[in-house]
Amino acid sequence: MYNGVDQFTAKPFWHNGPAPGAIYNFPGTKTHGTNGSQRSQTPITTATSIVAMKFNGGVIIAGDILGSYGSLARFRNCPRVLKVNDNIILGAGGDYGDYQYVKDVIEQKIVDEECLDDGFKIKPKSMYCWLTRVMYNRRSKFDPFWNTFVVGGLQDGVPFLGSVDKLGTAFEDNAICTGYGAYMALPILRSALEANPSPTEEEARALIHKCMEVLFYRDARSFPKYQVAVINKDGTDIQGPLEIQQNWNLAHMIN
Amino acid sequence: MSSALCPEIPTPGFSFENCKRNATLAAKGFPTPKATKTGTTIVGIIYKDGVILGADTRATEDTTVSDKNCQKIHYLAPNMYCCGAGTAADTEMTTQMISSQLELHRLYTGRVVPVCTANQMLKQYLFRYQGHIGAALVLGGVDSSGPHLFSIYPHGSTDKLPYTTMGSGSLAAMAVFESRWVPNMDEEAGKKLVRDAIAAGIFNDLGSGSNVDLCVIRKDKVDYLRTYDEANKKGIRQASYKYPKGTTAIFPNKTQEYKIEVTEETVTPYTMDTSS
Amino acid sequence: MAMMNDSRPHYPDYSTAGAVQHSFNPYADNGGSVVAIAGDDFAVIGADTRLSTGFAIYTRNQKKLFKLTDKTILGCAGCWCDTLTLTRILNARMQMYEQEHNKTMSTTACSQMLSTMLYYKRFFPYYISNVLVGLDTEGKGCVYSYDPIGHCERSTYRAGGSAGALLQPLLDNQVGFKNMQGDAFEKVTKERAIAILKDVFISAAERDIYTGDSIVINLITKDGITEETFPLRKD
Repeated sequence: MYNGVDQFTAKPFWHNGPAPGAIYNFPGTKTHGTNGSQRSQTPITTATSIVAMKFNGGVIIAGDILGSYGSLARFRNCPRVLKVNDNIILGAGGDYGDYQYVKDVIEQKIVDEECLDDGFKIKPKSMYCWLTRVMYNRRSKFDPFWNTFVVGGLQDGVPFLGSVDKLGTAFEDNAICTGYGAYMALPILRSALEANPSPTEEEARALIHKCMEVLFYRDARSFPKYQVAVINKDGTDIQGPLEIQQNWNLAHMIN
Repeated sequence: MSSALCPEIPTPGFSFENCKRNATLAAKGFPTPKATKTGTTIVGIIYKDGVILGADTRATEDTTVSDKNCQKIHYLAPNMYCCGAGTAADTEMTTQMISSQLELHRLYTGRVVPVCTANQMLKQYLFRYQGHIGAALVLGGVDSSGPHLFSIYPHGSTDKLPYTTMGSGSLAAMAVFESRWVPNMDEEAGKKLVRDAIAAGIFNDLGSGSNVDLCVIRKDKVDYLRTYDEANKKGIRQASYKYPKGTTAIFPNKTQEYKIEVTEETVTPYTMDTSS
Repeated sequence: MAMMNDSRPHYPDYSTAGAVQHSFNPYADNGGSVVAIAGDDFAVIGADTRLSTGFAIYTRNQKKLFKLTDKTILGCAGCWCDTLTLTRILNARMQMYEQEHNKTMSTTACSQMLSTMLYYKRFFPYYISNVLVGLDTEGKGCVYSYDPIGHCERSTYRAGGSAGALLQPLLDNQVGFKNMQGDAFEKVTKERAIAILKDVFISAAERDIYTGDSIVINLITKDGITEETFPLRKD
């Protein structure tokens, strides 16, 4: 292939001008549409925040189970916290279809690994690094996976928590929230961790529940049912759907 | 249909045509000058005896901090204060003007102006300008019918709530309220809650920062607590930056002497002739 | 007034709109500032540890200094996903060089390689403000600064990143002694350089919303690299 010019294609009338049978954009018009392929997308069915934090001896990740279709609360059972293996748990926000695709790839990776039967299991830092590269490669092709992933796990017994977004921006922290959670849940978690840098699993669960409750009250794309994945020295555990108790008594106070 | 004899009187007030012109100019690459925005956290709650308002003290121009300790809780009337977020000039001027109107209203009626009056005046004023006045306000006060708290949006819509937040840090602050606010709090707990809400905005929202201002409005007394909490201390200088004498370059100087001749003259008063 | 609410673009009769470009922005501004000062026998570099986007802070504890060799350190500010990728490839290239030539890369060679690596992506650049410091072959401290597409300049001090424009004039004055006269200005010592570095970051944290939380400072001397951290305001 040399510039798509071959003997079957008619030459343009003039240099850089229109060619017979070809689509041509006149110069000087406002848009510079290419009529070419259109790869970048927008998310369709979306999931909202992921809330996650480290605790003393493990990591906890929570996400509600709503799949929104624009502003429509369309799919009400979309689990999006995942056990990858005994070392790793994963949470995902953003486009649900992209998440399911990436999930399939990850699950296949785990199966391939099992087949080797060498007793090796991928560790959270490797998973996090791999995801970062996958996300960055897709953004570089202008065809991103429209997700934010939160990877949690035990790296040789030490809690690990990291996040990767659709650009491949990756970072680690003791508390990570995505979507609306970054604005509403993270302040709660940060101030709690400042007061008590090493909470127990029970304290962490209570905190996460509080965050999910706050998000349910204020994030219009949230849902009162959520799942929690916890990893500690005893292994991984996914609970839920847990329910948020609602209280709208406030409405009677306004007059 | 204007002529020299009968000129067309331009319609008074805000010209929306100019907005369209400005939008066209902006699209062609002539942006309007940037106004100082107070990327802000402002909040208010109703507690047992009245209202507590809170605000951070950072004003920003794009990503630069333009004022490190500005006042965002504005005086409206003796029983009413108003926090402002959005375009700094708009919040300042709007509250000043409404404050003046409220005072005239008080003199005319001879009684304490109810908070809902201020709310109505503010929303009607903002609605008239269709959002071009970028003022997002939290209005709080106490009148004969008790404590009231309103949030007022730039387009003129209002909310009446027992706790509210506004500005870029509103989500962080609201997270604190949603998890900890209860009806009939006492004053200490209320002040702590408002401080923590503002602190959540200061530390988690880059548009908010510096200190915490509070304003406690009760039936008979107002406490304006400027710099209630200094949430951030400035770092301490590590080195000295004194310049030695002679650091500033001085161009070669030359002294020119001017010879001044002094002549003495006596001036006699002269009476003006006003007879004709 | 008749409202002309025709939002369609005006095309000549014969033209078409074409495919509408969708807005996906592959870049993000994650903020951060880097300051470097070099002396006769040392080089010092500092970067803040705030990683942010828009008005939100991703993390308060992100190291932005990357050790390339025992004599060379790279500081990055800007688009964090590009920084991660660039430094990863850079590390691979460092290793390849070491195995091919059986020696570690010199600071000057690192600086040249970084320039070519940046220009390699001329039309889809790494959106990073890079500052590379180290000791050259003579043991002198040096600072190399780059634009996103590989222009490289050697100097003795440089500020880059979100507060770069704010800090550079300060360094011109306090390290470069620009526009000053009088007694001979002494070259900055290690101690003075670190003190100035901390002070300029204190100032940057006051006025730049993307700079704050803390700084990591690396000092390179012939004896190796020492690291220290210094807290900044967190708002």
